[in-house]
Amino acid sequence: METPILEMKSITKEFPGVKALDNVTFSVRRGEIHCLVGENGAGKSTLMKVLSGVHPYGTYSGEIFIEGELQKFNGIRDSERAGIAIIYQELALIPELSVYENIFLGNEVTNGVVIDSNESISQAVDILKKVGLDVNPLTKIKNLGVGKQQLIEIAKALKKKVKILILDEPTAALNETDSDNLLRLIRGLKEQGVTCILISHKLREVLEIADTITVLRDGKTVTTLDVQKDKVNEPILIKHMVGRSIENVFPKREKVKVGKELLRLENWSAYSYALGRDILKNVNISVHAGEIVGIAGLMGSGRTELAKSIFGNPDHYRLSGKVFINGVEQKFRGPHDAIKSSMAYVTEDRKGNGLILIEDVKQNITLANLKEITVGGVINENEEILVANKYCSELNIKTPTVQQKVRNLSGGNQQKVSLGKWLFVKPGIMILDEPTRGIDVGAKYEIYTIMNSLVEQGMSIIMISSELPEILGMSDRIYVMSAGKIKGEMPVEEASQESIMALAVDY
Amino acid sequence: MESLKQTKSETGQTESFLDILKANIGQYFMFIALVVIMIFFTITTDGVFISSRNISNLINQMGYIAVLAVGMTLIIVIRHIDLSVGYLAGFLGAFSAIAMTFWGWPVYAVIPAVMIMGILAGMLTATPVAKLGVPAFVSTMAAGLIFRGALLLVTMGTGTIIINDQVFVAIGNDYIPDINLEGFLPGRHKLTLIIGLIGIIFSIFSAIRSRRTKKSYNFQVPSFGLFVAQLVLISALIGYVAWILSGYNGISWSLVILLLVVGVFQFITTKTPLGRHIYAVGGNPEAAELSGISVSKITYIVFGAMGFLSSLSGIMYASRLHSATTTAGLGFETDAIAAAFVGGVSAAGGVGTITGSIIGALVMMSLQSGMNLMGIDISVQYIVRGAVLVLAVVFDRITRRNQ
Repeated sequence: METPILEMKSITKEFPGVKALDNVTFSVRRGEIHCLVGENGAGKSTLMKVLSGVHPYGTYSGEIFIEGELQKFNGIRDSERAGIAIIYQELALIPELSVYENIFLGNEVTNGVVIDSNESISQAVDILKKVGLDVNPLTKIKNLGVGKQQLIEIAKALKKKVKILILDEPTAALNETDSDNLLRLIRGLKEQGVTCILISHKLREVLEIADTITVLRDGKTVTTLDVQKDKVNEPILIKHMVGRSIENVFPKREKVKVGKELLRLENWSAYSYALGRDILKNVNISVHAGEIVGIAGLMGSGRTELAKSIFGNPDHYRLSGKVFINGVEQKFRGPHDAIKSSMAYVTEDRKGNGLILIEDVKQNITLANLKEITVGGVINENEEILVANKYCSELNIKTPTVQQKVRNLSGGNQQKVSLGKWLFVKPGIMILDEPTRGIDVGAKYEIYTIMNSLVEQGMSIIMISSELPEILGMSDRIYVMSAGKIKGEMPVEEASQESIMALAVDY
Repeated sequence: MESLKQTKSETGQTESFLDILKANIGQYFMFIALVVIMIFFTITTDGVFISSRNISNLINQMGYIAVLAVGMTLIIVIRHIDLSVGYLAGFLGAFSAIAMTFWGWPVYAVIPAVMIMGILAGMLTATPVAKLGVPAFVSTMAAGLIFRGALLLVTMGTGTIIINDQVFVAIGNDYIPDINLEGFLPGRHKLTLIIGLIGIIFSIFSAIRSRRTKKSYNFQVPSFGLFVAQLVLISALIGYVAWILSGYNGISWSLVILLLVVGVFQFITTKTPLGRHIYAVGGNPEAAELSGISVSKITYIVFGAMGFLSSLSGIMYASRLHSATTTAGLGFETDAIAAAFVGGVSAAGGVGTITGSIIGALVMMSLQSGMNLMGIDISVQYIVRGAVLVLAVVFDRITRRNQ
């Protein structure tokens, strides 16, 4: 048997508090197209970052062999020298530079001192031909569509004499024609002897193009399948992807009869000017008092965008459709209107847009509802401390005092401060976006318990989550999103990890 | 649960002196630096620096920069910068002069009119920033050029315009009147001393009241000794300043304006929801927006306030010079920005206090005044002031990183 072109042996990578990769073994034959699949957080991207040297040698344990030789990468430059090129979902092109300038960025063709534009351009034309792209090399990148930009990234990699090309969800942002083009190109590269590793959630396209598929789950290799020999199909893949161990125990909740409808969306669509495409398409959902509605879907399926578009649309999408709160149609001009209509939104990214890290616990908790503690135009700071103390003890926030800066708290406690802040506005509808991301099991359980007691009091909760066990363990009803659409709705009793995943990967 | 409550009441709201010092080291440091600078110049000038006359002058000279520094603090807190304030102040000063001298407007109409113009100009400058996300650097630089042109335009025919209105001129040059107490403390400004005394009594009473309210909430308060020490320190400070000022002409109208501005802005920033919202927008604009705070509204308000303070600055400066000149306002924005940064404002946003910036303005003005008295050449003065600015900011970064 020939030596594999790439072999990663017993790779283990730990982040504070999380084992992102646990003894992963990954082997790629020369000249094949090898797909890497798994849920969000399964460890695919981390594995590729280890391979490309983003996580340098020494920060992980295990060994990487390329063509049988042990490699110790200290950075991307080292891995590039070994013939590895990685193309991320977020393209690394400079929009204001031209196509040829981007292709040669960092490796400019010079005559010693000055850039030789003519030589660069003529080389660029050849390279562009290889990826089957017919554009003027002088065109600025920003004037090209995402599909073409993707191809230019590949052209850039090819220029560097790449042996192993890694593509991280290359078709996620592409339309069908562009996707087909890209897949055809990858097949073409295979014929030229380039080995490809492809990360993708689109199982149909994976099955269409892959020679071999490796499935990761919870940072471990589940299996490596030969598409032809093992007769792989979608259900088999999904089964391997999910089957995730349910390590969290979910607190029991008395199922109450659901109350009246608090929120309804009708034909809700959104267009993002920033991305230049539709991000939500004809979403229809309904949420009742006393229930937890889970919104499942992969990252990028439009879940967070859905939450933000309802919550006063701070990103200024172009919206169409109707939103009803308590049966009355509402047109929010901003988050303040949504808050007035008794909504709350605990964001996915508590550090980025949830909390003000340089301010203290009490200031964060009262920020969205200062009027409650303001008398005659003046904030009553003593009342503020009382309010903050109350939420600290109710939510068991561990902080020496409420004057502690939020950035000094642990992730779980920060998340509880976020919750406290939004409970203080006394909402009727609460949107929780990835409420337990990056926090430990104990804090998770506490947050689940709080959620249960809130819905028992008649609140309705919309929970967005990437973790299927959490969706299944906490929701009463589940919507599954994919590509900005609601792909399915089911009561939790009829849902399984497999059935949700099948909808989530349905593009 | 029970044990958690225990630890909470133990550590509770007590703040030991050391904790307070540690948490506020940046601000106390600048205060200490100010005292050191003042002592240094007092020694090198044989006491001339700390004389009543010099301190009084120093404060009057500082007034029109200090009011700008107050506004600039808020601008930088919300992560922006305003380069237009110098020429806005200059233009509004010239406008007042023209309105009074050529159009015969009464001074009591001119001042409010100019203030409204300042607010509108600030909000207009803010519009591209708030609505389109144009960098404030560009928008305010453009506005500064426009105001500079406007200043030249209105003074084109006449050059320097002399202001004769007594009330207007008093703003920058005169002092509050004194009361006549025959034979009691001759050579001292009695009303200044009385106001100082009232200030001391007021601060003692409000401190006692706040301590009592805190106790009624069952919050722990600093130990009685520390509390008394704080009160003694503050009283001594107010008393000393009043005593020095009373030795010359007493409290100037400039100082009255400055104290009012500081008082109002300190109150707004520390006690009201608007103040909270300003700091929240500076600390994390996205989080603030999602908390129902309109970032663009706050931007308008802060730039509007800056425009208002620019109008005050322009009035104070024109009044002090008895005239409007073609170069009025030149470099004011630099001085105001420097004062704010020396006073501990962070360009990263969300951090910085009004009182800190006033201390920063005092530091910069003391350096200038002290070096003038020592006869140090202006060239060296600029170098020293630049060095102090960079040192203050470097120190600020280091202490912040250590936290």
